[in-house]
Amino acid sequence: MTVKTPIYLDYSATTPVDPRVAEKMIPYITEFFGNPASRSHSFGWTAEKAVENAREEVAKLVNADPREIVWTSGATESNNLAIKGAAHFYSGKGKHIITVMTEHKAVIDPVRELEREGFEATFLQPEPNGLVDIEKFKAAIRPDTVLASVMFVNNEIGVIQDIEAIGNICREHGIIFHVDAAQATGKVAIDLEKLPVDLMSFSAHKTYGPKGIGALYVRRKPRVRLEAQMHGGGHERGLRSGTLATHQIVGMGEAFRIAREEMELENARIRRLRDRLLAGLQEIDEVYVNGDLKQRVPHNLNISFNFVEGESLIMAVKDIAVSSGSACTSASLEPSYVLRALGRSDELAHSSIRFSIGRFTTEEDVDYTVALMKSKIGKLRELSPLWEMHQEGIDLSKVEWAAH
Amino acid sequence: MSSTYFDHNATTALDSRVLESMLPFMTAQHGNPTSRHSFGRHARSAIERAREQVADAVNAHPSQVIFTSGGTEANNLAVTGIAGRYGASQIVVSDIEHPCISRPAQALQQRGWKLAVLPVDRHGVVQESGVEELLRTETSLLSVMLANNETGVLQKVAGIAAIARKHGVTVHTDAVQALGKMRVDFAELNVHAMTLSSHKINGPQGAGALILDKRIDIEPVIHGGGQEKGLRSGTENVAAIVGFGAACELLNARLLQEPGRIRQMREHLETGLKKLGAVIFGAEVERLPNTSFFAFNEIEGETLVMALDRKGFAVASGSACSSDSSEPSAVLLAMGVEADLAKGAIRTSLGAGNSAEQIDSFLAVLAGEIARLRHLTAVAV
Amino acid sequence: MAYSDKVLDHYENPRNVGSLDKNDPHVGTGMVGAPACGDVMKLQIKVNDSGIIEDAKFKTYGCGSAIASSSLVTEWLKGKSLDEAAQIKNSAIAEELALPPVKIHCSVLAEDAIKAAVADLKSKQSDKEVA
Repeated sequence: MTVKTPIYLDYSATTPVDPRVAEKMIPYITEFFGNPASRSHSFGWTAEKAVENAREEVAKLVNADPREIVWTSGATESNNLAIKGAAHFYSGKGKHIITVMTEHKAVIDPVRELEREGFEATFLQPEPNGLVDIEKFKAAIRPDTVLASVMFVNNEIGVIQDIEAIGNICREHGIIFHVDAAQATGKVAIDLEKLPVDLMSFSAHKTYGPKGIGALYVRRKPRVRLEAQMHGGGHERGLRSGTLATHQIVGMGEAFRIAREEMELENARIRRLRDRLLAGLQEIDEVYVNGDLKQRVPHNLNISFNFVEGESLIMAVKDIAVSSGSACTSASLEPSYVLRALGRSDELAHSSIRFSIGRFTTEEDVDYTVALMKSKIGKLRELSPLWEMHQEGIDLSKVEWAAH
Repeated sequence: MSSTYFDHNATTALDSRVLESMLPFMTAQHGNPTSRHSFGRHARSAIERAREQVADAVNAHPSQVIFTSGGTEANNLAVTGIAGRYGASQIVVSDIEHPCISRPAQALQQRGWKLAVLPVDRHGVVQESGVEELLRTETSLLSVMLANNETGVLQKVAGIAAIARKHGVTVHTDAVQALGKMRVDFAELNVHAMTLSSHKINGPQGAGALILDKRIDIEPVIHGGGQEKGLRSGTENVAAIVGFGAACELLNARLLQEPGRIRQMREHLETGLKKLGAVIFGAEVERLPNTSFFAFNEIEGETLVMALDRKGFAVASGSACSSDSSEPSAVLLAMGVEADLAKGAIRTSLGAGNSAEQIDSFLAVLAGEIARLRHLTAVAV
Repeated sequence: MAYSDKVLDHYENPRNVGSLDKNDPHVGTGMVGAPACGDVMKLQIKVNDSGIIEDAKFKTYGCGSAIASSSLVTEWLKGKSLDEAAQIKNSAIAEELALPPVKIHCSVLAEDAIKAAVADLKSKQSDKEVA
């Protein structure tokens, strides 16, 4: 079998829409195009029914009540609604928020915005393996802490936080607990009946659904209250106004149904591919895996190739579509803030590549990638004065570099 | 099950050419526009192409287009983003704005902003006369819609904008209902910000835009990855944006033929409605060519709408977004219409797929239903 | 990022990659930049007895533009005297490679590398004279 390039290994940035999902969506943009808020005719009712079916599918994947699912335009909006909505609603109780330095920008930026409004925030530094130390989390709690936000699965390094343990601590202290699960659905089992989580953000397009649609889980028992961030026609029980994009909601429902039914088998397959990729890449000298390898989704492998510069690396591997740093920050040349928070040097952060594997990745794709990386890393190191110095036994950290 | 769709102000069917443009981005072209690899770059250039198409449709510059998830979000961004930026000040909105203008304005009011409301006359036209007086108070934003979603009545936005500009006040217009039904020219309207929506012009749901004069200070409502120059974070809905662009490109051709044809159909419809004794709201002033908002004395609107649906006609009672409640239309109340009559109001909004034959059969069915309901009511009394 | 064809050509087929013996009295070595900044350039020149550069080698840790800039100057340096070499300006490099504004610093680095290599060689030669 020949491999078709470029090979897509950037499933953490976005996933292709599963053909079964696309098929389900099409009738709702052509035939059943009603506005689900139209209550006076069957075009509207058909759309509304489809929306409610999809709500049920989303709820089922995470074992929640459909009434706890609020549609949004995506995980970014869900995170904004959860964080600003809860902080504003509960601001009478206190104005301190705890989150983590390695959160997605869609969590960090709303928290920063709240800081400008007069809230205080603690950004916890994770351990070098990317995981939050539970004791450090406890120590950050103050009497006026009202909200904590910790992501389930990190988008850059794939590590899985101990949501249950952190949630239990939040419960003990009466802190509203939000979890960004955009990278978790279909990858880790989520049971919101058991997990002590109050708010959870979801995205469709990271789980083989369409872009432009997401959801926020808002716990009913005990009830969590939010201040709406988008006002208007009073859709979604007043929590999120705006005409719902029926076909996209239908797509998210179908994508989450498929995830529920197939994740177990799929994750086993993806783990085998990841192990194969890792074994292959580890045959190269001086490679470092970023983030804990055990407490991690198998879909993600983030590796630094020492003595190779990041941008030239990306140029060298253009036959594979991968990401250096998070997709959302890769427009700038800053080294990944996530890797820096783990204590990685700028050089290692610069030379990192996130390989993310998904539903349509094949063994041939992995083998091609390994062979390509071996040859390109070899070539770039041949060019690298740092590699030469390393070979000569020079400790680069002791070199005094000419400032420039 | 309805088969004749007379609710184009609520949402429209997707144009098949628009669908064609979207399909690749729903399947093979799946990149995240922020990604630097080829998948990402394809998605990025598709968005930039759509940005040009949207700008061209309303005589704006592509750099003035901020894509959002729809009209509601664009209106929220305009109100919260512009007025919110100034600190507590006055916001002026008309009495007939869509809730996605009035509600965010009320939310700011709760946080200390002053909210002033511009009244409408009995035809549903926002009065210019009071504007000057209101703007003597330090005002951060004035928002008046271009065409009302329920009555279709057009507003004198350019005139109001001229007064506001004299006072250095930022003006926004919600052009969601106007786009596609009349010529919309951002430069001519002389406003600073304007809201558009895709699904009202045979584009897909899930995309809209705020057209914004770049000199206006604005802060985002959704924070995060910094997309849309930081004004609207979140992975772009590529397929919907591409569809929105394609729908905009089709507008110019459509505006050359459609309004005349639709206006004729509407005249035909309203002649029939008047014969049946309907009161047509806003009929004496300039309206969108497709919209009729009417009521019959002593006929329950809700019941009539349901009966019409059973006979195959999809119409609206009140506006779609507030149709959850059986409250009389706030727009009609603002126009001074009696609550009893307002409760019975029905809106038909014609569109691309409609024909004169549909109007004829609608009028016939309506006549029958009205006779039946009048008979029932008479018996009940 | 869109690279010019010339950058891509030098990146795909870099000229004069390698190292010269840095202890050779006819070899001058310039090493500029820092790993933390994302660019390190090592440029070496070898002069013959009449002071003409007869060989130039480079190794670069950096982006495609940095690699192309250093590859290009190794071509330009051969056959030049030290004084001529010192006159190569970053603007000429940037122009030849059509570098975008965000990549101008790569050409600056290449110019610095030439100066450092020339300075190293000159100091070796003056040491010899003193000795």
